[in-house]
Amino acid sequence: MNQTKPGTRVDRRRFLTLAGLAGAGAATGVRPAAAEATPDPDIVNLPPWTQALGAGVNNHPYGIPSPFEKDVVRREVTWLTASSESSVSFTPLYALDGIITPNGLCFVRHHGGEAEIDPARHHFMIHGMVDKPLVFTMEDIKRMPGRTNRVYFLECAANSGMEWRGAQLNGCQYTHGMIHNVVYTGVPLRAFLEAAGVKSKGKWVLAEGADASAMTRSIPLEKAMDDCLVAWAMNGEALRPEQGYPLRLVVPGWEGNMWIKWLRRIEVGDQPWGQREETSKYTDLLADGRSRRFTFIMDAKSVVTSPSPQAPLRAKGPNVVSGVAWSGRGTITRVDVTLDGGKNWTTARIEGPALPRAMTRFYLDFDWNGEELLLQSRAMDDTGYVQPTKAELRAVRGVNSIYHNNGIQTWLVRGNGEAENVEVS
Amino acid sequence: MSRSARSCAVAGAFLIAFTGLAAAEAVKLGRPALPEEIKAWDIDVRPDGLGLPEGKGSVSQGEEVFQNNCAACHGEFGEGVGRWPVLAGGQGTLKSERPEKTIGSFWPDTSTVFDYVHRAMPFGAAQTLQPDEVYAIVAYLLYLNDVVPEDYVLSKENFPTIALPNRANFYDDDRETTEKAFWNANPCMKDCKPKVEITSHAAVLDVTPDAGKEGDKPAGAVE
Repeated sequence: MNQTKPGTRVDRRRFLTLAGLAGAGAATGVRPAAAEATPDPDIVNLPPWTQALGAGVNNHPYGIPSPFEKDVVRREVTWLTASSESSVSFTPLYALDGIITPNGLCFVRHHGGEAEIDPARHHFMIHGMVDKPLVFTMEDIKRMPGRTNRVYFLECAANSGMEWRGAQLNGCQYTHGMIHNVVYTGVPLRAFLEAAGVKSKGKWVLAEGADASAMTRSIPLEKAMDDCLVAWAMNGEALRPEQGYPLRLVVPGWEGNMWIKWLRRIEVGDQPWGQREETSKYTDLLADGRSRRFTFIMDAKSVVTSPSPQAPLRAKGPNVVSGVAWSGRGTITRVDVTLDGGKNWTTARIEGPALPRAMTRFYLDFDWNGEELLLQSRAMDDTGYVQPTKAELRAVRGVNSIYHNNGIQTWLVRGNGEAENVEVS
Repeated sequence: MSRSARSCAVAGAFLIAFTGLAAAEAVKLGRPALPEEIKAWDIDVRPDGLGLPEGKGSVSQGEEVFQNNCAACHGEFGEGVGRWPVLAGGQGTLKSERPEKTIGSFWPDTSTVFDYVHRAMPFGAAQTLQPDEVYAIVAYLLYLNDVVPEDYVLSKENFPTIALPNRANFYDDDRETTEKAFWNANPCMKDCKPKVEITSHAAVLDVTPDAGKEGDKPAGAVE
């Protein structure tokens, strides 16, 4: 049965046979007699890992996943963008569990490639409408009082954006994988603004990165003074280079573009700057030809990560629907799951921490009798916002707004357990 | 100025400086940013023209700079090569099935063109263009978008008078009113609709990256 080990490929015919066998067994509540009759060689014969010594304790000074997990990686869709330096890769949500995204799997969005910055040469400047413009080194920043640890999701404004016109990409990695959720360590941006002394006319800040895109966004001062962090660590270690090492901005609940990586500058001003990333991009064109701007908040959203097109059901009988939900407006209070395309819903089990503006895990344990499923999840947050259907979103926005698609996702699970991205009436 | 007035002014300046220092010293970290340092990084330009450097450039100068630095990706007339961004045209398409969002058809502010070209273009050689070159490129792009005539010279002085066509068509996020229906304390749980039909299949489009060999499963499928 070694073909069922993770990471090895199973051809379609064999997969179907195995699924059928398992299903037949489950249906009668008895395991197939053939499987009973032949002792499993992995049990009756000693495998090499039980006899020979394994590698020593420092085989990998920085540990890596098992080779059997080699397929759990970020992926890109090359036709999406003109260059890989201004592009996006996707988090393999289908293979993850819990709420914390491993650092090496966090999706990546660059506009000018991955800057490699010597932290000893990195500086962070606060200037503009302040009493005293200041420059901080990384050492200064790590000595600041008020250090904070917070779990937040970071979702690209364009997550699910390719799905506005209909089901297009087959897998939650592609439809929903422009998101990650980690513990940030940093200092409130407020501490730096207070150190510089914001003048009374200051109403907005401009945050800028040190990379070749010199990424900039205007952020209302109210948000900057509320919960934004200047962060240097994620999940307990230094930021990864692709996530802004040595310093990034954390803008909880707001679209990922604003989370400026390689953060080098905050300017205080009395109006927004009309930067490219808040005019040409990250504005939402509606059907009447007008566009919303400053659509900062990411609304409540969820997706079933398993089963999904990259994670088919393998057997009838007991199964687990697993998924994630999040809301930029607050805390996820409830997730409902339907197996029949939205006719009937069951409230799922939220398991583990349900933190504000953070990814939240839900499960629904169920028995699968081999019937086709139309699987959906529907998130609700503590403001009472209920995740809408795609049709409800399109009725307000049309199909050309690119960003902020938080519509309900449907997976068609076929009788053989394979799943497909579909839309339903 | 009388002696007392002068001493007041000096005291006032001192007081302002001292207040600033006191705030910074509250954390005793960081140091004053020097004017040269701020100038080196503060290149942003606002819609009201704040931040524009001294300089000017004509459409014809811009055409030359554009052909040498930009046309390889954006095309000789801003039409875009391959999948690289289209910079001109598309006027009147925003309500259509496939809108073409360019500087002329979509962007609200001329300042953004100057700022973005200056800070981030050419792609791969950012911040290599001098202010006069940027003025010239912006003039050429405005010409390609029928915003200025062929003999136009764009400068710091006349910059704020240039308005882009789509300026008025942006409004602040209004989801909390226009999407108020999405706040619903009691969503339907039972018998919510009589029937369900599949209206769209991703597999029909078949544009998802696959693992290569089998070709019929999305890349990364759990085996």
